Amino acid sequence: MQNLILYSLSNFIPETILVVTIIVCIIADLIIRKKSFAVTFVAIVGLVLSFVFVVKQWGLSMSIFSGMLAIDNYAVFFKLLFIISTLFILLFVETSKEMKTASHKNEHVYLILSLTTGAYLMASSVNLIMMYISLEMVSLTSYILAGYLKKDKRSTEAAIKYIIYGAASSGIMLYGMTLIYGYTATMNINEIFLYLSKNPITDTPVLLASVIMISAGFGYKISSVPFHFWTPDVYEGAPIPITAFLAVTSSAAGFSVLVRFFLVGFANTEIITAVKWQEVIIVFSIASMIIGNFVAVWQTSLKRLLAYSSIAQSGYILLGLAVVNSAGLFAVILYLSAYLFMNLGAFYVTILIHNKLGTDNMDEMDGLGYRSPFIGVTMAVFMFSLAGIPATVGFIGKFYIFSALINTNSPNLTWLAVVGLLNSVVSLFFYVKVLKHMFLNKPEKPLPELDYGYANILITLLLAVPTILFGLYFTPLLRLAENSIKIFGLN
Amino acid sequence: MPSLNILGIGVISWLIFLPVVGMILILALPKSFTKYYKYITVVFTFLLCLVALFALMNYDTSKAGVNSIDSYQFVEKVPWINLNVANFRVYIEYFVAADGLSFPMIILTALIGLIGAIASFSVDKNEKGYYSLYLLLVTGMMGVFCALDLFLFFVFWEVMLLPMYFLIGIWGGPRREYAAIKFFLYTLFGSVFILITIIALYFSSRDPVTGIYTFNMVTMMNPANLPNWPLALNYTDLRLLAFVALFIGFAIKVPVFPFHTWLPDAHVEAPTAISVILAGVLLKMGTYGMFRMSYALFPDAAKYFALWIAVLAMINIIYGALCAMAQTDFKKLIAYSSISHMGYVMLGMASMTEIGFNGAIFQMFNHGTITAVLFLAVGVIYDRTHTRGLDDFGGLANKMPKYFGVVMVGFFASIGLPGLSAFISEAFVFIGAFTNNTGPYEVTMRVITIISTLGIILNAAYILWTIQRVFLGTLPEKWSSLKDLNVREAFSLVPLIIIIIVLGIYPAPFIKLMTASVNQLLGIIAKF
Repeated sequence: MQNLILYSLSNFIPETILVVTIIVCIIADLIIRKKSFAVTFVAIVGLVLSFVFVVKQWGLSMSIFSGMLAIDNYAVFFKLLFIISTLFILLFVETSKEMKTASHKNEHVYLILSLTTGAYLMASSVNLIMMYISLEMVSLTSYILAGYLKKDKRSTEAAIKYIIYGAASSGIMLYGMTLIYGYTATMNINEIFLYLSKNPITDTPVLLASVIMISAGFGYKISSVPFHFWTPDVYEGAPIPITAFLAVTSSAAGFSVLVRFFLVGFANTEIITAVKWQEVIIVFSIASMIIGNFVAVWQTSLKRLLAYSSIAQSGYILLGLAVVNSAGLFAVILYLSAYLFMNLGAFYVTILIHNKLGTDNMDEMDGLGYRSPFIGVTMAVFMFSLAGIPATVGFIGKFYIFSALINTNSPNLTWLAVVGLLNSVVSLFFYVKVLKHMFLNKPEKPLPELDYGYANILITLLLAVPTILFGLYFTPLLRLAENSIKIFGLN
Repeated sequence: MPSLNILGIGVISWLIFLPVVGMILILALPKSFTKYYKYITVVFTFLLCLVALFALMNYDTSKAGVNSIDSYQFVEKVPWINLNVANFRVYIEYFVAADGLSFPMIILTALIGLIGAIASFSVDKNEKGYYSLYLLLVTGMMGVFCALDLFLFFVFWEVMLLPMYFLIGIWGGPRREYAAIKFFLYTLFGSVFILITIIALYFSSRDPVTGIYTFNMVTMMNPANLPNWPLALNYTDLRLLAFVALFIGFAIKVPVFPFHTWLPDAHVEAPTAISVILAGVLLKMGTYGMFRMSYALFPDAAKYFALWIAVLAMINIIYGALCAMAQTDFKKLIAYSSISHMGYVMLGMASMTEIGFNGAIFQMFNHGTITAVLFLAVGVIYDRTHTRGLDDFGGLANKMPKYFGVVMVGFFASIGLPGLSAFISEAFVFIGAFTNNTGPYEVTMRVITIISTLGIILNAAYILWTIQRVFLGTLPEKWSSLKDLNVREAFSLVPLIIIIIVLGIYPAPFIKLMTASVNQLLGIIAKF
């Protein structure tokens, strides 16, 4: 027993490093007692160290803590994604004016890190209890982060809404888990799969109900329709760096556990025919795409627009899951990597705009492309990437999603590809609307040019360059995705 | 596979990426160089023409191309994405070359690119943005005509949309935002269907050498290399469906009725140079795509739908001409006449005969040059008077004799007057369509051809009426101080006029460029 725990701990180093970093950050904050880059620096060092140890786990395939967590390439991929996103978010916070108005000094640093730790655990959980706990860990920190600007009414409102929706969904999810446990007498998804594939499935309504209930918890994390209601309000109310963090890390973490839950626990033709979860995912996906894209068209706030865009994007990613084969999973991984760059980029440009204009209302952005061509052009890169126009990484993600849909014949999902692609035409309309405000509309009176510092430009370029580069040369992404999904053994 | 290099880089790569070099130069130069941007653009597009001319001199008209990879010319084939792992073997190539279907379009793109650059001199705001987007647009168009890898083709096809959106949306007329987004959404809607077909083709294909999927369209033109579901030869229904999807994608670009409504808006709002590019090159991408992809990859379906293509062509010809007749806006008139003239291309395409195909491709080129003249003509008077209303003018013939002389050639060419280039191509199209080779539809096709010839009369009617309204009669008082063509405008118009006249008198060398490829394409279709 002792040996087992020690063995598990020796493979738990990346998480341990993060926890230690959090403690060091708290102590440092207590000592320094004023806003200081030192705390952020400690966090960055911790993340980089954790990165090194995560990379070392590449290629391993084991389960630790008596089947609670899995160490495999799939988890490693997500951990790397979380680290990169967290590093960017820490930089975002440093350059955001909005965050400086907070009454707290450095608390965001360790809150962000603890969310990342929760996300790490989500990506590796193979046990329902572990999934629930890690999901709650991410949720709790995100509630605090969403309400970070205590004096801002909208921020507080966002936090409250987030808590209410979060509590309800995770409650539903927990109930779904008890149903599964009642049916299979196990919490481990590998064992659930063994049980379901060995025994004839009799009570399909129970299983279907439990699957839908569990999807409520995951669907809330990835802001998929019909669990999306919190998204626009929280995105609008929370400070933008936090919104970006929720949109990327928290959503990717949701996908990591959702995909693992279904593709490990339920991916077998008999189970799919009996439980019909594939149809459930397809319905969620279509609803997310349609509601996300069509409602986004009417938004005037850039943050709300990006919120609905996130809803639609999660619809596209769900399409990849709905294919239930390795090509679909491959596409999901690719899309999430693309999503990291383009979505963080879009949010960072929003932060930069907010820094100067103090608003995210698109009517105020008329002529912004001339006041700061750099902002305009990079925003165009991110918007076109989100819309899936070629020569950007977003196109590669979409291309593989739709390829997977077209290349499957059991059942034939080409119609779903058509729905998805037509939706992306709609999405182009509102992505271009942002650019329309920046370039096509002229402000009533000439406004001064906006200057941005080198740090801002550098961070934007760190996101914009990969968005284009990986759109033109995407072999590295394909390789990464290919290696990340080997453990699933899908065909 | 012979290739032609300049300084160690293939001639096609020069054609595609020379404008990008110009774009980077413009972007890199500081603001103090603003007044030189237009000259840089002209220099680079002129170099592009020189490279195209160089390629033309080295072009071997006996080589067919189309489905035979060895007889393509100026081939450049480099792996772009090559991932060879167990489940995901992806092979995308940078594969560009020219044959008789694409080469006339390559020359047209280079030529219109230069003319458009000269016509852009009147742009007076955000020159940096305008000229860099313009050059990017030229690259996108050139890439579409040169790419033989479906993935590469699609990338260029979409990349070209972005500069077009901004060029119309920022530098356009009063309703530019509406026109720009309408153009963008229509084309993107079409691309959706193209993309789906491309993906389906990819999964149906098998490269005979490597045994994995391929995006190479030349390989796919051999039915033996399309062995899998969904688009192997024996899945007839799916192939027909894929043909229709592809056709819709390209038809929006042509534009074919009922997908044409974006065109008048885009033309009216676009600045002169962009209208020239739009009508001169962009529309041809649709018909080029039909020849290159719809016909060569789905010959069976092409034959099956030939009659329907002819019907759509007839509607385009007649409907376009009737709409043109009702216009009072000069640019809208030319826009609708474009719809009518692209109908001739479609008619030639539906004929399935050598002469019809030759006529169609030649008409694509001729329409490119002639419409460019007409749009430049509108640009000349619009720059001076800021109106395009046909009824606002009259008697310009005496006031602007040089302008009148040059533009008249364009107008008469548009009618299809003998001795001018469009006469040859239109005659070819009608001869081809009448003596068509569509098997069971032969007689129906003849009827369609006869009805379509009415288009010529309508065409003459609206053009002559336009001449009457603009150039004849009495000059309104307010235009008494109009100046005749200046040197720059003459430079943009005269080369086109020379080409129109020369090709009208002696078209043989030009037609020879495409004959071998046309026969090759017909050979593919004849097998079904």
